[in-house]
Amino acid sequence: MRRTTTARLLMAAVLLLASTWAVVQDARHASMAPTAARVAAARLECGQSRERHGFCLRERSRELGVEFVHAKASYDPKIKGVEPHVAGVGASVAACDANGDGLDDLYFTSSAIGAKNALYVQAPDGSFRDEAEDRGLASLSDARGPCMGSYWADADGDGDQDVLVLRYGAPSLHRNDGGRFVDLGAAAGLPARVNGNAACWFDADGDGLLDLYLAGYFRAEHDLMRLDTTRIMQDSFEFSSNGGRNHLLKNLGGMRFEDVTTQAGVDSTRWTLAVASADMDGDGRADLYLANDYGPEELFLNRGGLRFERKKGVGLEESSKSGMCVALGDFLNDGAQGVYVTNISKQGYLFQGNNLRANRLASGGRLQNIAEGIVCDCGWAWGAQFADFDNDFDLDLVVMNGFISASRERDYWFGMAKIGVATGGIAEDASFWPPIEDRSLSGYEVSRLLLNQGRARFVDVAPEVGLVDELDGRGVALFDHGGDGDLDLAIANNGQRALVYENEAAAGRGWIQFALRGAAPNTSAVGARVVVKAAGRQLAQVVMAGSGYASQSSLVLHFGLGDARPEEVEVRWPSGRVQRLEAPASGRRHLLVEGP
Amino acid sequence: MGPMATTEATAGAGTQDRWPFWARIDPRWYSSTLLTTILVVGQWRHQILGDSYLPWMVALGTAVLAEILSRRALGLPGANFLSAYISGNSVAILLKPQGDLLWPFVVCSLLSILSKHVLQWRGRHLWNPTNLGVCAMLLLAPTQISMLSHQWGNDLAFVALLWLVGAATTLRARVVHISLAWLAAFVAFAGLRAMVLPQASFVGELMPVTGPMYTLFLFFMVTDPKTTVRTKGGQMAVAVLVAACECLVRFACELDLLAATNPLCVAPPMYALFLVGPPALWWSMRNDPRSAAGGARPAHA
Repeated sequence: MRRTTTARLLMAAVLLLASTWAVVQDARHASMAPTAARVAAARLECGQSRERHGFCLRERSRELGVEFVHAKASYDPKIKGVEPHVAGVGASVAACDANGDGLDDLYFTSSAIGAKNALYVQAPDGSFRDEAEDRGLASLSDARGPCMGSYWADADGDGDQDVLVLRYGAPSLHRNDGGRFVDLGAAAGLPARVNGNAACWFDADGDGLLDLYLAGYFRAEHDLMRLDTTRIMQDSFEFSSNGGRNHLLKNLGGMRFEDVTTQAGVDSTRWTLAVASADMDGDGRADLYLANDYGPEELFLNRGGLRFERKKGVGLEESSKSGMCVALGDFLNDGAQGVYVTNISKQGYLFQGNNLRANRLASGGRLQNIAEGIVCDCGWAWGAQFADFDNDFDLDLVVMNGFISASRERDYWFGMAKIGVATGGIAEDASFWPPIEDRSLSGYEVSRLLLNQGRARFVDVAPEVGLVDELDGRGVALFDHGGDGDLDLAIANNGQRALVYENEAAAGRGWIQFALRGAAPNTSAVGARVVVKAAGRQLAQVVMAGSGYASQSSLVLHFGLGDARPEEVEVRWPSGRVQRLEAPASGRRHLLVEGP
Repeated sequence: MGPMATTEATAGAGTQDRWPFWARIDPRWYSSTLLTTILVVGQWRHQILGDSYLPWMVALGTAVLAEILSRRALGLPGANFLSAYISGNSVAILLKPQGDLLWPFVVCSLLSILSKHVLQWRGRHLWNPTNLGVCAMLLLAPTQISMLSHQWGNDLAFVALLWLVGAATTLRARVVHISLAWLAAFVAFAGLRAMVLPQASFVGELMPVTGPMYTLFLFFMVTDPKTTVRTKGGQMAVAVLVAACECLVRFACELDLLAATNPLCVAPPMYALFLVGPPALWWSMRNDPRSAAGGARPAHA
C-alpha cells in the first residue's frame, strides 16, 4: 500500500513537471510571437538596427509617390458566402523596366472591375510617377476578368520588356512599343480563359525565345463573374487535383504562342499558386517548380526537345500542404537553387509548416526539407523571396503573410475547420462552406524577415529592422531603389495600400550587381546563372521572370559581399555560353552583354 | 474497445470457453492490429504522421517506457504493451504540433499513460488516457499545438476503411451501441444547429463527422469501456450527453462566445468527452459499486 502511494506520488510529480515544462515552453514561444504590441516594442532606431543587423528598413511609399491601393474583386453572388476567400488574392507587384531607362519601375495590379493598375515609373531622382494610363496598362481589370498578376520579359527579342497580365479570366499579352504597351488580344494565341495567379517566362526549348508557363487555379470552365454552379472550389484540402489546367505556351516568334502542354508533359490540374523556373538539376536546362494549394509541390525537369519529366521520388509527391509561393535561391551557398515554399500555420488548427528544401538533385539526391523553427511558422504565409538584405553574402528570406484581415473579434477558423475536414467532395460546393461574413482568417499578421546567419540558421528580425506592418501581404518584389547597393522591397497588399520599404544598409559591407543583356531574342537573359566567388565561398543566382507569389523581382542580380572582394564571377548565359570575370570591381553595377 | 482506449478489461474466465478461438482473443489485439493498418495505409497514402517518422517513434517510445516504469513502480505484474502501443499511436495521430517539435509527443504520452495510474477513483481511471493527454496539451501549450483538424486526403476509400475498421472493432467489443448513440445524437444536434443558426446548413454541420478526428473519436475513444459507465443504457445516455456537450461548445464557437482559437473550439468532441465522461463515470460508480475496480464490464463478455 505504502509502495503504491509513493509510486503514485512520484508519478503525480512527473505529471506536474511535464505539464510545467509544456507551459514554460509555450510561454517562451508566445513571448516571441510577433504581435502588434511586441513588434512596436521591439522596433529599433535605424542606427541601432544597422549596427546590430547590418541594415534597417524605412517605409517610404507615399514619400516616393507610390499611393497605390489594391481593390478587391466582387464575384458572382452565388458564391457570396466565400467571396472574401476567393477575392483574397489579386494584389501583385513586379519590378520591371517599362521604359528601358535602366531604372526599375513598379507595376501593381488591382482586381475590382474598373479599378486601375498602376505603373510607377522611376525618375532619376528616385521618385515614382504613375504612368499606367499613358502607357496603356491602367484599365485592365475589365470584362476579361480581375487582374491577378504581371510578368515582364522581352518576349519578341526587340530589347524591351513586354508584359503578360494574368486574370481570373482571360490573360493578355502587351507588347512594349517604345514604352507604350499594345494589347495583342487574341492574336497572341493565349488560352481564352485561365483563372490563374501564377506564371513565369522561361526558355523551355532552348531556342532563345522566351516561352510562357501559365498556371490555372480555378477551372477555366468557370466565369467567376457569372457562374452557373457553385461547385467551383477544391474537392479536397489535400491532394486535390480538380483545379485549373496549367499551360506551357511555346513562343513561335512575333508574339504568337502555341499551347504545347500535353506534348511537353507539364500538365497539371492541381491548384497552382506559384511557379518559378531555374536549372534545378545542373544539366543547364530550365526546369519548372510549382507550389500547389491543397496539394504536393511539383517539379518538372527539362529533358530537352520540349520534353519534361514530372520528377518523382525526390521528396515532393507524398506531402500535401497549401503551397503559396516558390522562392528559389542558393541559401546554402552550394551553387544549387534551394526552394522555399510557404504554407499555413495557425495555432490550434493547423501547423503545416513552410518547406525549406536543400537541393541535392545534381548529385542524385532529393529536395530535402530542412525547415525548422521560425522558418516553419510564418502564419498564413504568401509571397516570399530570397535576398541578401544585410550584404553578408548569405541569402535571407522575406515572407509576407495574413489572409483576411476583417473583424478583430470574429474569426473564421472555426468555420474553416468544419469545411477543412469534409470528405467526399463536399468542399467543392461553395454553398456548403460556412459563410465568412466579416470574419478574419489569419488576419493582422506581421511579415517576417529571416536573416540567414550562415548554413541556413535563420532568425526573425522583422520588427527590429522596421518591417512592422500588419497588412495582408501577397506579392513582394525586390529591387535596388536609387542604386545605393542594397535591396529594397515593394509589397502588394490585398485590398490595402502598397508599401515600399527602403533598405538602409550599413556602410562597410561590399556588394556587386549585374545587369545582364542576353543575345536576342532573350535579351532579358532570363535563365542566366551568375556565380560570384569570394573569400573561399560562392553564391549562385539566376535571372528569373516570375518568382515568389504574384510577383517578379528586378532582373538585375544583387550580391552582398560582406568584407570580401569578388575573386571570380562566372556567367552562364541561357544560350550555354560561359563568360568569366576576374576580380571585378565591387560597389557597382556591371552591365554584361552576351557576346556573339 | 478501440485504439484510443487503454483499458485493461479482461474477459470473464467462466465465459471464455463458450466462445470460438477468434472471439477469445483480447480485443485490444484487434484494435492494435487495425490501428497499425490505419497507420501503415494512412502513411503510405496520405502521410498522416507528417514528414518524419520521428514524432511517431518518440510518442510510442515514451508511452511504452512510461507504461513499463509505472507498472514496475506500482508493483503490477508484467507490462501492458498493448495499452502503451495504443496510446502512443493515438498521440502520434492526433497531435500536430508546430514545426519539428518533439517535446509535445513526449509530454502528451507521459500525461496519457501516467494519468491512468494517478487520476483514479476506487481503482479506476476516470478519463480516457489519450483524451486527457491531448486535451491537456491544447490547454498547456495552446500556441504550439494543433489537433488533427484536417482531412487525410479526399479519400472516400480510406474513410470507408476507417469506418469499417471502427465498426468491426466496436462490434467485436460489443460497444457499437455507444458509437451509434453518439452518432445519432450528433446528427440530431447538427439538425438543431442548422435550424437555429441563421447561416448554418445541415450538410455543413454534418461535415466534421466525415473527417478523421471525429471518425477516430467515434469508434476508438468515446467507446472506451474502461472509462464509461457499466450499463448499456447508461453508456448510450452518456454518449448522448457527450454529443449534447459537443453541440453546446459548437454553439458557443459559432456565436463567437468563445474565440476560434479557444481549445474547446479547436477540438469540440475531445473536450465534450473530457468534461462529461469522468463525472458520469464517477456518478455511476458512486451509485453502483459493481462499476468499481474489477467490476468493469468485460469488453467481450
